[in-house]
Amino acid sequence: MAEATRTLVVWCADWPVVAAGVSLDLPAAVLRANRVVACSPAARREGVERHQRRRDAQSRCPELLILEHDPAAEARAFEPVAASLEALTPRLEITYPGSCAFPTRGPSRYHGGDRALAGRAAGLVRGTLGGRVPVRVGVADGPFAAALAARRHRRGRRADRSEDLALVVPPGESAAFLAPIPVTVLADEGGPAGAALVDVLERLGVRTLGALAALPVAEVVGRFGSEGLHAHRLAGGEDGRPPVTAPPPADWTLVAELDPPAERVEAAAFVARGLADDLHRRLAATGSACARLVVGAETEHGETHERVWRTEGTFSALAIADRVRWQLEGWVGGQGGWAQRPSGGLTRLWLAPEEIVPAGGRQLALSTGGPGMVDPIEAGDRASRALARVQGLLGVDGVRVPEWRGGRGPGERVGLVPVAAADVTEPRPAARPSWVGEPWPGTVPAPAPATVHTPPLPVELIDAAGRPVAVRGRGEVSAAPAAVAAGDRSGRRAVAAWAGPWPCDERWWDPETHRRRARLQVTTADGTAYLLVVEAGRWSVEATYD
Amino acid sequence: MARGADVFARDPLIGGRPAVPPAAPRVGLADLASEQRLPVLPGLASLLPGGGLRRGVTVAVGAAPGVAGATSLALALAAGPSQAGAWVAAVGLGSLGLVAADALGVVLERLVLVADPGRDRAGWASVLGALVDGFDVILVSTSTSAGSAGPVRLRPADARRLVARVRERSGILVSVGGDLPGERSPVSLTVSAARWEGLGAGWGHLQGRRVTVETGGRGDAARSRRADLWLPDANGHVTPAEPLATPIPLDSRRRRHG
Repeated sequence: MAEATRTLVVWCADWPVVAAGVSLDLPAAVLRANRVVACSPAARREGVERHQRRRDAQSRCPELLILEHDPAAEARAFEPVAASLEALTPRLEITYPGSCAFPTRGPSRYHGGDRALAGRAAGLVRGTLGGRVPVRVGVADGPFAAALAARRHRRGRRADRSEDLALVVPPGESAAFLAPIPVTVLADEGGPAGAALVDVLERLGVRTLGALAALPVAEVVGRFGSEGLHAHRLAGGEDGRPPVTAPPPADWTLVAELDPPAERVEAAAFVARGLADDLHRRLAATGSACARLVVGAETEHGETHERVWRTEGTFSALAIADRVRWQLEGWVGGQGGWAQRPSGGLTRLWLAPEEIVPAGGRQLALSTGGPGMVDPIEAGDRASRALARVQGLLGVDGVRVPEWRGGRGPGERVGLVPVAAADVTEPRPAARPSWVGEPWPGTVPAPAPATVHTPPLPVELIDAAGRPVAVRGRGEVSAAPAAVAAGDRSGRRAVAAWAGPWPCDERWWDPETHRRRARLQVTTADGTAYLLVVEAGRWSVEATYD
Repeated sequence: MARGADVFARDPLIGGRPAVPPAAPRVGLADLASEQRLPVLPGLASLLPGGGLRRGVTVAVGAAPGVAGATSLALALAAGPSQAGAWVAAVGLGSLGLVAADALGVVLERLVLVADPGRDRAGWASVLGALVDGFDVILVSTSTSAGSAGPVRLRPADARRLVARVRERSGILVSVGGDLPGERSPVSLTVSAARWEGLGAGWGHLQGRRVTVETGGRGDAARSRRADLWLPDANGHVTPAEPLATPIPLDSRRRRHG
């Protein structure tokens, strides 16, 4: 049995909220694709949980402060933490912003044992962030057990001692420590297994990591394949992957020279995208992918900055490019006062994969070769390369992809997010209609309009006598509408038929965002149908049934 | 020969099966032609030569003056390729109704929007050029009404280069609202008539739109075709509409009864 690498993990709780600069005493939640990814302790006390929908979270806690997920800002804010830990080790691996790990073998001997080292690490991070940010440190065999030790540690009563922030699992006892932990942790952030695997395990009655580790390994592989093997090894306190016997050949390292030197992060990130793409393609050509990666940069004055990034799964091309961008933003945009900022433009970038593993899962299905069909993986990769170029031309906000949200208006039910915030080469459940449940009450019935005007175009709606049509409090119109006119009454069109109104009274509990609107469907004499909306007595065309 | 057969018979992979290697599937011209076409929704197949969208082609989708429906028709046209796995980019269509796009059959997971490719013409040309390399279907707005970014900002020379690039990269370019500047598309689809059903004087709701789509073009699309469609029907989908009234020839009725 392979000995797992003794690892120390530093974990900052609720990092996305901390990075947004919001006090943890306020109820706040960070959302991605309409789901809560992190929330403050104050919000948790009100019943807000991860994976909740926005409206569920808001109904539990109406004063909830909603923040958008911004991984780049989180990485930027984390950079001073990583820089402070470099005093302990040169080999720091960042799993995701908010969590980093390093092997303890050398540093532990130097600092006098795991407990002393953990205390020092916690003290350094606390010194950087101040005492308000909850920091936990875990030491155990392997990064998976160490991360869980950090996450599950409840701090002792004497909070002022840095040692109390750490939980050290003695060597060889990681399997026993992991045994009572539910299997759902396997599907958590940065976790090795998908929700599908965890779901099946739970339904089979395998509810704890101990129960999973007790299963015969051959049976687990037979039923769940390599993903199951990976999970089984982690549950037993071993390293997730069999140790790599030979270091990857040096020629995997890709270097890009920047000439002229890149002064702005965007320029360097653009080059990094091509580099990431190249690396990913080369690895994919040999059927492998990268799980640990060194990203380095050098300035014209010879300053260098290197970080190791690690994931329990494998990095996609987009994920590699994101890591480079986060790291450069953290370094160049340095927030930490004493963290050394580069003094000149960036002249060199390099990517060196440290751990190469067989690429799993993304094999071509045999059935996709039918006539007229498009190979989905090739098409996705091709599209993401083109998108990278268009983003370079128009900026991150210029290219957007749809995601389903709750709402009543035709423009509210699907929102747009920058493509940089979504990995288009991976399945995106938020882009499927099943992401939201049943349509909201008060929604105008299907079919939906093909053109939605943002912002709505102001019009006037008048009755046969030329008076403006109003919608009364009880949800009925004051008179049958006879004509629609543009704001200046120029292009007046007769109303041929109409229906409604569909009133909707939204967020009546919050005086600041409360909206009362009513919608009306109208066809004009030329046969075109419009969706009109009235708010505070003003009509506008919200959508055209084009 | 006999020895060869013996070897095949003893081969554990082949076992007792006849020792004749399987014939390679025949590839006919029709197959090659269909390889070059992306499927469209069943309701639209009768409108297009070969029943699909030929790769490398530019399609103009528009509506007769005073008639709406070009955006829905363009979305319906992109839906077939989208369901077959193609990626769709919409350029200059900032007001696209995405709920309608989903209902018409466009897979939102593979839809990307570039609402405003910039104020200058060079921006449009380079953005469209980059997208052609990566996307199988590109919808681009050419009319003022369809998108907030205004009409397509392309010089005729850029448009010509774009059309050539689409042909070379085997993509499909759909210009929504009429032809690209200076170009005449080889296939054009026009909504010539449209009527909404389901709305009364203060009652009901919009339930479906009956449209007549006519085609024109050059080459194998030169023969004009027309079809009646529900665009959309009560569920937001596209379905063929039965002709309003089917005249029954007098003599056929007489024959049946006699």
